Amino acid sequence: MNLLLTQLKPGEKGKVKQIDACRRAARRLYEMGFNIGTNFEVVKNDIGPIIVSLFGHKVAVGRGLAQKIIVNQPD
Amino acid sequence: MNTIALVGNPNSGKTTLFNALTGSNQHVGNWPGVTVEKKEGKFKFNGNTYNVVDLPGTYSLGAFSEDEMVARDFILKGNPDVVINVVDATNIERNLYLTSQLLEMGVKVIVVLNMIDEAEAKNIQFGIKTLSKKLGVPVVTTAASKRKGIKELIEEIVRVIDGEMDLKPSISYGDKIDREIKTIKKLLSGKTLEYPPRWIAIKLIEGDQYVHDLVSENKALSSDSEFGDVLSAVKENIEDNELEIVNRRYEFVNDVTRVSVVRPEEAVKTVTDKVDKILIHKYFGLPIFILIMFVLFQLTFAVGEDLLGGLMAAAVDAVGHAIEVFLVNINSPAWIIAFVSEGIIGGIGAIIEFIPLIVVLYMLIGILEDSGYMARAAYIMDNIMRKLGLHGKTFISMIVGFGCNVPGVMATRTLESKKDRMIAILINPFMSCGAKLLIYLVFIAAFFPNGGGLILFLIYFIGILVALLVGKIFSRTLFKGETTDFIMELPPYRKPVLRNVLRNMWDNVSGFLKRAGTVIFAVVTVLWIMAVLPAGVEPYGAESILGRIGLFIAPIFKPAGFGTWQAAVGLFSGIAAKEAVVTTLGMVYAGVGEGTELISAIQGAFTPLTSVSFMVMTLLYTPCVATIATIKKETNSVKWAIFAMVYTFAIGWTMAVLVFQTGRLLGFS
Ligand SMILES: Nc1nc2c(ncn2[C@@H]2O[C@H](COP(=O)(O)OP(=O)(O)OP(=O)(O)O)[C@@H](O)[C@H]2O)c(=O)[nH]1
Ligand SMILES: [Mg+2]
Repeated sequence: MNLLLTQLKPGEKGKVKQIDACRRAARRLYEMGFNIGTNFEVVKNDIGPIIVSLFGHKVAVGRGLAQKIIVNQPD
Repeated sequence: MNTIALVGNPNSGKTTLFNALTGSNQHVGNWPGVTVEKKEGKFKFNGNTYNVVDLPGTYSLGAFSEDEMVARDFILKGNPDVVINVVDATNIERNLYLTSQLLEMGVKVIVVLNMIDEAEAKNIQFGIKTLSKKLGVPVVTTAASKRKGIKELIEEIVRVIDGEMDLKPSISYGDKIDREIKTIKKLLSGKTLEYPPRWIAIKLIEGDQYVHDLVSENKALSSDSEFGDVLSAVKENIEDNELEIVNRRYEFVNDVTRVSVVRPEEAVKTVTDKVDKILIHKYFGLPIFILIMFVLFQLTFAVGEDLLGGLMAAAVDAVGHAIEVFLVNINSPAWIIAFVSEGIIGGIGAIIEFIPLIVVLYMLIGILEDSGYMARAAYIMDNIMRKLGLHGKTFISMIVGFGCNVPGVMATRTLESKKDRMIAILINPFMSCGAKLLIYLVFIAAFFPNGGGLILFLIYFIGILVALLVGKIFSRTLFKGETTDFIMELPPYRKPVLRNVLRNMWDNVSGFLKRAGTVIFAVVTVLWIMAVLPAGVEPYGAESILGRIGLFIAPIFKPAGFGTWQAAVGLFSGIAAKEAVVTTLGMVYAGVGEGTELISAIQGAFTPLTSVSFMVMTLLYTPCVATIATIKKETNSVKWAIFAMVYTFAIGWTMAVLVFQTGRLLGFS
């Protein structure tokens, strides 16, 4: 099932499926570890940027951009 | 001489390693984006000298921001003999993405698995031999902050420089792209190019602007119609190709780590998770940030002033007195005695007294910087900043500005969009720097000896508020457009390293001492001469040259409550260096009384209310020349530098008048 990153709750895991942002932003995300197929866990999702843990490292992503990250169930 | 470049993701420990290798003292901090310029150093081994270059961190060679551009430019144009790729071992799966790009450049690479101590604590294991074989380059492990593995690294560097390295391009980008690479490579052969043809081919296919420009500037290529056809075919598919290339690189990384890295089933829970639950909490985050700042200034005062302040003042007094006695004993001419006791001791002594406070404040800021809280502060503020049309990362440059606005303005390099960066540069002068701190300290000592911590906190806070409001206005008027999205790594909390804290403190204190010996000394000398001439007038009086200049400017400050010629001259000299405001006041008032009379002279010349409006003025008005020069350099525009000078003055003046007039209406004096 496809979800947006913003729809996941803290503690929930997911896998990056697709990034629908502009080329520049998408590239930035890929290079910071949000490449297609990466598993992650949402750490914080209330106000402010969403914090995601990738291999135990936290990356904060602004909500506007997080809405463009499409995710699905992890492996 | 051989050149070694340190390249890696932000916050992977490049500068720590650089300092360990070269014995330099470059700024280290636990947040991404500390280093924004190229820095050089040297080390000697077996009689040979090696040149080491520390670069800003970068996630890829794509370069989005100014600091990444610096790194990329050096890698591409600096011709390093060997690239040391500093990898955060705990985050190897992401860090090797950059490595995969470096390996294609045809330059010798050594991979350094840094932070190996943290990886061990997290129970992550590496098969170093396999890793090295898979990557085709040597791999060394280090714990740079503990100076472990440095010797082995140096030996490896020397071995690699002296030896041959067979870099075989090993990433396959799939049939279609591989075929295109081959075609382009063939067309490139025989042409003189600065970079390996395969690398250029890949960069063209993934749509790298720099390389596209490079080939269009190349006459032999742009006149080749076959090449032109291939290039336009490639351009059609850039987005798909780009994604495919990124994916393949990550696949390559995966292939490497699958057989060489073992992570524990269940990740070791770190303190970072627990601490973050509180420090960046939805409701508590902001109040905690404000509380931390408040405590910071209270502590600064408690330790710097109450505990150590008296000692320094006594020392300055004693030394000053001894010098005077000495000068009298050797029968120096009266004007020398006057210059030394009133100009130098009265002026520069007035600021030396406050060194303990500066030391304490910068140690505390250093602890914050090295703990990992900086990135959190930016995170917490992003929410508010965004509503104002500003980028959260702006806040990091603002905190750096607390030390000095010069690095503060430089720190804006990490902001990707021009709009965000311009605003961040223009509002940085409102951040109260260490030199302005001295001004407040004198006025606090004169009027608010018991509320120092609170007053300081409020002043810094007003600085932030004004910066944010002005930023908001700019984003609605001068620099319209969308603010780019916030993406930032939040590094793990780390126990501050004493060496880093002391270094960061010393950066500020030594900068201050250096200014005291140069700019401020020069200002004092010139002003002193102007204060005692023309011959025959009362020295330090309104009739002196200095007094007349001051009297000429003074009326504009009347509405703000401090329309004396001394205040006017002080503010004016502060543009050379902010400490000069105090030294100038110290000098012109030293002639009036005896000993270090600055405080009591100020009590006579100002009132509590005008002292506040004067502090607000000094907080906000025109930045020092060093900052103006940096603004010119970073915006690449004289126009913006002049704009920054003028508009800050207008805001400082307006706010000072507002404070004074409101205060008077409310019955303060
Ligand atoms: N535990 C541990 N910490 C380290 C090690 N090396 C560096 N650090 C810490 O990591 C943080 C970042 O170090 P820097 O040297 O500033 O990193 P950098 O790569 O230069 O960062 P940028 O200039 O922002 O790209 C600092 O807090 C260092 O003390 C290490 O080997 N082990
Ligand atoms: Mg650095």
